[in-house]
Amino acid sequence: MKETTFLQAVNEALFEEMERDPNVILLGEDVRIWGAPRGEFKGLFDKYGPERVIDTPISETAILGGAIGAAATGMRPIANIMYSSFLGVCGDELINHLTQTRYMSGGKIKLPVTIMSYFGAGFSAGAHHSSSLHGLLVSIPALKVVVPSTPYDAKGLLKSAIRDDNPTIFLSHQMLMRRSLKDPIPDEEYTIPLGKADVKREGSDVTVVATVLMVHRALSAAEKLEEKGISIEIIDPRTLVPLDKQAIIDSVKKTGRLVVMTEEPSTGSAASTLSAIIAEEAFDFLDAPIKRINAPDTPVPFSPILEKVWMPDEEDLIAAVTEMI
Amino acid sequence: MEIAREKLIDMYRVMVRIRAFEKKVSKEFAAGNIPGFLHLYTGEEAVAVGTCANLSPDDYITSTHRGHGHVIAKGGKTDRMMAELYGKVAGYNKGKGGSMHIADMGIGIIGAYGIVGSGIPIAVGAALSAKLRKTDQVAICFLGDGATNTGRFHEGVNLAACLNLPVIFIIENNVYAESTRISDTCKLANLADRACAYGIPGVTVEGNDVLAVYEAVGKAVARARKGQGPALVECKTYRLRGHFEGDMQTYKPPEEREMWQKKDPIPRFRKYLIKKGVLAEKDAERIDQEIDEEIENAVKFAEESPLPAPEEVLTDVSA
Repeated sequence: MKETTFLQAVNEALFEEMERDPNVILLGEDVRIWGAPRGEFKGLFDKYGPERVIDTPISETAILGGAIGAAATGMRPIANIMYSSFLGVCGDELINHLTQTRYMSGGKIKLPVTIMSYFGAGFSAGAHHSSSLHGLLVSIPALKVVVPSTPYDAKGLLKSAIRDDNPTIFLSHQMLMRRSLKDPIPDEEYTIPLGKADVKREGSDVTVVATVLMVHRALSAAEKLEEKGISIEIIDPRTLVPLDKQAIIDSVKKTGRLVVMTEEPSTGSAASTLSAIIAEEAFDFLDAPIKRINAPDTPVPFSPILEKVWMPDEEDLIAAVTEMI
Repeated sequence: MEIAREKLIDMYRVMVRIRAFEKKVSKEFAAGNIPGFLHLYTGEEAVAVGTCANLSPDDYITSTHRGHGHVIAKGGKTDRMMAELYGKVAGYNKGKGGSMHIADMGIGIIGAYGIVGSGIPIAVGAALSAKLRKTDQVAICFLGDGATNTGRFHEGVNLAACLNLPVIFIIENNVYAESTRISDTCKLANLADRACAYGIPGVTVEGNDVLAVYEAVGKAVARARKGQGPALVECKTYRLRGHFEGDMQTYKPPEEREMWQKKDPIPRFRKYLIKKGVLAEKDAERIDQEIDEEIENAVKFAEESPLPAPEEVLTDVSA
């Protein structure tokens, strides 16, 4: 076991998978010198060279389109689209080709592409370097959406995403890059299957489904709620697609109450889809209406004080849970 | 340039096959037997045939919404194509793709894309893969004149140039992007001139002359196989039908249509082959007849193929 940051965990996963499978290649901007965007690709160019670690022009369309063509012909590419907002540039590749080609070809073409991308507010980076597109991404059929909240999960999930024979997007939150966030990571290899939720804290009164940074905020809220004698169970789905709905239903059976806390505008959110599924499939176990805690339907504001208001936080969760009980 | 007699005859046969397929498809579409949209390749046969005559089955192509000609030229079987157009199980893609999306990795057809220019970066990726796997495969990207106005043309061609990849961009300049003349949306007389912006060779050829296309693409393919990187070949041709079946084509001046009708690549090549003694009139007629029979059989094959079962809607989403 060694204490590992999120970035180190991602870097280890990349080294292990590039070593394991010579067909794994990486395409992205600034991956050579900076190991960009934040250093998770450091060392890969030196070890695997310009053929497998491809420093591209600023061309998201060519990065993702190129990854599709390479995947169709035997490679297992990782396409780095620096920030989720930049997916807008290669929207055609994402929406019309990466995720429709297999179906339209009658199953003849396999596209094992992993997109890696950043998102997340909290840095005052402005909307183009903070936005969450989770609602949009989960609505694209055939795209697996991976949303790790810890270094341990990040490593195991990224390895599974790369090995998966389907298009996958691996989303990292910028606020999880801090050095103080560390997990003990085993020395031996491990993977975490896509579609398996993790109970981050056991509890009995309310089920809180939270993702990414919101898991950490929920954990901190749980401490405060415990002081008031309220026990929440925190479930981290870890992947939004495929969704481990059984884990959520099992928890709701126990608690009878559900809060879904995600960092994304509310309308059309991944949280909305998840809430609808639980309302349809576990209505009889619910003692109160499901509550969603999301961001308002606005772009992410720049000014720190506005951004703080925009992001869901502990107080929002404490208020929602207290009201439900 | 010496081309074997058999090869010349085969090129003629494939051109006739494309023309006959499109003619039949147009008829069956008008009769209501083929659903959806239809964009015919009629008049542009020399481009696909002259290009693909340089390729091996394991070379790659990306195709477009106007893709039947590419698929046939790359070795696609007309019966399975027809079944795909009919939305039947025996189609190349089980009826899930249709006219605009025929794909078959077995003959190197990565896909056909209904969005103009989408195939450009994808062909570049296939060329990247061929290079990494150290094969001598090339990727051919068919694109229209309109696609050269998209952003992905710039991104894709530039990336191919930077990485020195074995991909050849075949611009089928058929004068119109849907209803709009290319001269209204691009100020270059020759679209091949765009190549110089990326530091790669670009050449313009007469796209209704199958041998001119064959020769120009042959040079580009030979360079690419030797690791000398991408090239661009503009083939000037003409879409003898509308953008889609049903298009009234009011935007085409009658004298323009007449002029291009006279330059029809198929009678032109046939005349050449007969004059050169490669083909006797009766041989040419026999080929035409054989192809007509093949296409009749393709329709029969499509009609007799079962429709997909309703549960097929849920399959082939994920691996």
